[in-house]
Amino acid sequence: MAKTLYDKLWDAHLVEERTDGTALIYIDRHLLHEVTSPQAFEGLTLADRQLWRRSANLAVPDHNVSTFKSEREAGLDALPDAVSRLQLQTLDDNCEAFDVVEIPLNDVRQGIVHVMGPEQGAVLPGMTVVCGDSHTSTHGAAGALAHGIGTSEVEHVLATQCLIQRKMKNFRVEVTGRLAAGVTAKDIALAIIGEIGTAGGTGFALEFTGSAIRELTMEGRMTLCNMAIEAGARCGLVAVDDVTLDYFRGKPLAPKGAQWDVAESWWRTLQSDEDAVFDRSITLDGDAIESNVTWGTSPEMVTSVRGRVPTMAEMPDETARRGLSRALEYMGLEEGMAISDIKPDAIFIGSCTNSRIEDLRAAAQVLEGHKVAPSIRKALVVPGSGLVKAQAEAEGLDRIFIEAGMEWREPGCSMCLAMNADRLLPGERCASTSNRNFEGRQGSGGRTHLVSPAMAAAAAVAGHFVPVADAALEVGGAS
Amino acid sequence: MKPFTVHSGLVAPMDRANVDTDLMIPKQFLKSIKRSGFGPNLFDELRYLDEGQPDADNSLRPLNPDFPLNMPRYQGASILLARENFGCGSSREHAAWAMEDFGFRVVIAPSFADIFSSNALKNGILPIVLSAARVDQLFGALLAEEGYALKIDLEACTIRLPDGEHWSFEVDAFRRECLLKGLDDIGITLERADAIRAFEQQHRERFPWLFEDIAL
Repeated sequence: MAKTLYDKLWDAHLVEERTDGTALIYIDRHLLHEVTSPQAFEGLTLADRQLWRRSANLAVPDHNVSTFKSEREAGLDALPDAVSRLQLQTLDDNCEAFDVVEIPLNDVRQGIVHVMGPEQGAVLPGMTVVCGDSHTSTHGAAGALAHGIGTSEVEHVLATQCLIQRKMKNFRVEVTGRLAAGVTAKDIALAIIGEIGTAGGTGFALEFTGSAIRELTMEGRMTLCNMAIEAGARCGLVAVDDVTLDYFRGKPLAPKGAQWDVAESWWRTLQSDEDAVFDRSITLDGDAIESNVTWGTSPEMVTSVRGRVPTMAEMPDETARRGLSRALEYMGLEEGMAISDIKPDAIFIGSCTNSRIEDLRAAAQVLEGHKVAPSIRKALVVPGSGLVKAQAEAEGLDRIFIEAGMEWREPGCSMCLAMNADRLLPGERCASTSNRNFEGRQGSGGRTHLVSPAMAAAAAVAGHFVPVADAALEVGGAS
Repeated sequence: MKPFTVHSGLVAPMDRANVDTDLMIPKQFLKSIKRSGFGPNLFDELRYLDEGQPDADNSLRPLNPDFPLNMPRYQGASILLARENFGCGSSREHAAWAMEDFGFRVVIAPSFADIFSSNALKNGILPIVLSAARVDQLFGALLAEEGYALKIDLEACTIRLPDGEHWSFEVDAFRRECLLKGLDDIGITLERADAIRAFEQQHRERFPWLFEDIAL
């Protein structure tokens, strides 16, 4: 019978099905970080349980790390926040006690777990990958079955190497045509969420197909799959092709020599069969996708940078009107106003969605020769890993950001979730390359507009949201 | 996990769609390495008028009088009535721990986000999906009548309304069994250790590169 990519990955990891419809799925790779793992390790200790397969696990601190160079260099003991210090220390202690490989804080390979994983080849095509973080969907870009889990499941995977799962349904999202200049994977992700809503993918594995997807780089595919969870889907998937193989060849933990050849022959089968049946399918016209900006407090509240905030009259029912009214009040916006009239106070370029080298290049290209507008109070660039940071510095991107008036920080999750000191003040408005615009996400009372890196840079230069091509025209000068 | 068989309790309203786990437990509380003590910070930004801190004495903080969980009529509520896509966003199980610590045993909504739903079930909280129309009806009744309570029977998979009417609901058979008996997932899975080992052996033969030590 014809199978989807998801079906193939599921079948290759199915330990057993049970009569009640649940199944045991074998997990190849388990990524851990400091926030969702301590209670899981504690649970193992209390029950006197061992790790099932130690070498499946790889840990890195990322969510709650300082992005200040001086604080990083001073080491954990000098961290002023005692609660954070204990959390980071606990990860180190647990990794030592359970003999789990950990990339430590000041290692050049440290970074956001979803940037570090593929970068090291710790995530590979055909794997099942889990992590106590919903953005684990990122790794579906590799043709891996990857999804976020809660802490009880972290403990379950540590102890059994399996997850108890019910098979998801298959949802194909086809994006045809070719993206216009300046339109990115982030804009595709926001367009899809705008189309199907934040619950549209609930219960489904989303497979992204079509010419616009095939033309994305691996990093673009990661950005897209990263936001599958924002459409409600625990996992997003892109079929394996030459782009995938070229990306993973030579990665530190990728198979080598003859073993690579064996792996490649399996990986090349990781596509949906032509006649595979999907439970749901939609098609988006890639040519028509524009640069998008979220205006509300849910990623589905999104429109083109050339668009307007919706009006009450456009809402279909009372629940929608109340939702719009609450979002506008929280965001400090008027119904019907032009997106280009929205003026951010802050810029955040970073997160597991958009902190890879191509993201930084795209932002730097817009910023080169320009200054951040005087109305912008803070502007952070937080590379996704130490290796991304080093690469950016080798290319001189750090100079472009610094000369534009932005802060060049150390790698971590930073202002995407604002667990550390990087956060918005109440009422502050941010053009952010992250993934969630929920109330208070980037700081209590903070207001988030999700955009691509180039769009964040354009807003930084112009002082308001503007199509990338127009930013330089408005302010004049170089580039 | 506490077994869940029959539960009767007061209902409180959370009348908005897409309630995300950031809203349920804001990030500053995620620094804790414990599983307990999150209840006082459930819905922190809606519940209090100031910004919460992990080490603050919550009993001294100003309450938002307009937030239902602060209203006298909803004190002691153990069933939360909510709207579409409840629990979307982050996988943080801290959200389920906060619900449990606060005293909620049941959430009723037209739909739930997958990860939250799974986390809730692992912490003895039953997410019940009802049609949007029935949820609407419950909201109407709840707002109209002080002390509105429901009786949830997981054995029979029914909700008993105050007027004696019974509605049935569906729940995953495996999860229902775990809740009824208070079973630990890990214990159940480890009973299948031989099957896991057998699978692992053939998986290793097929994909040997997956089993190499991480040498970084």
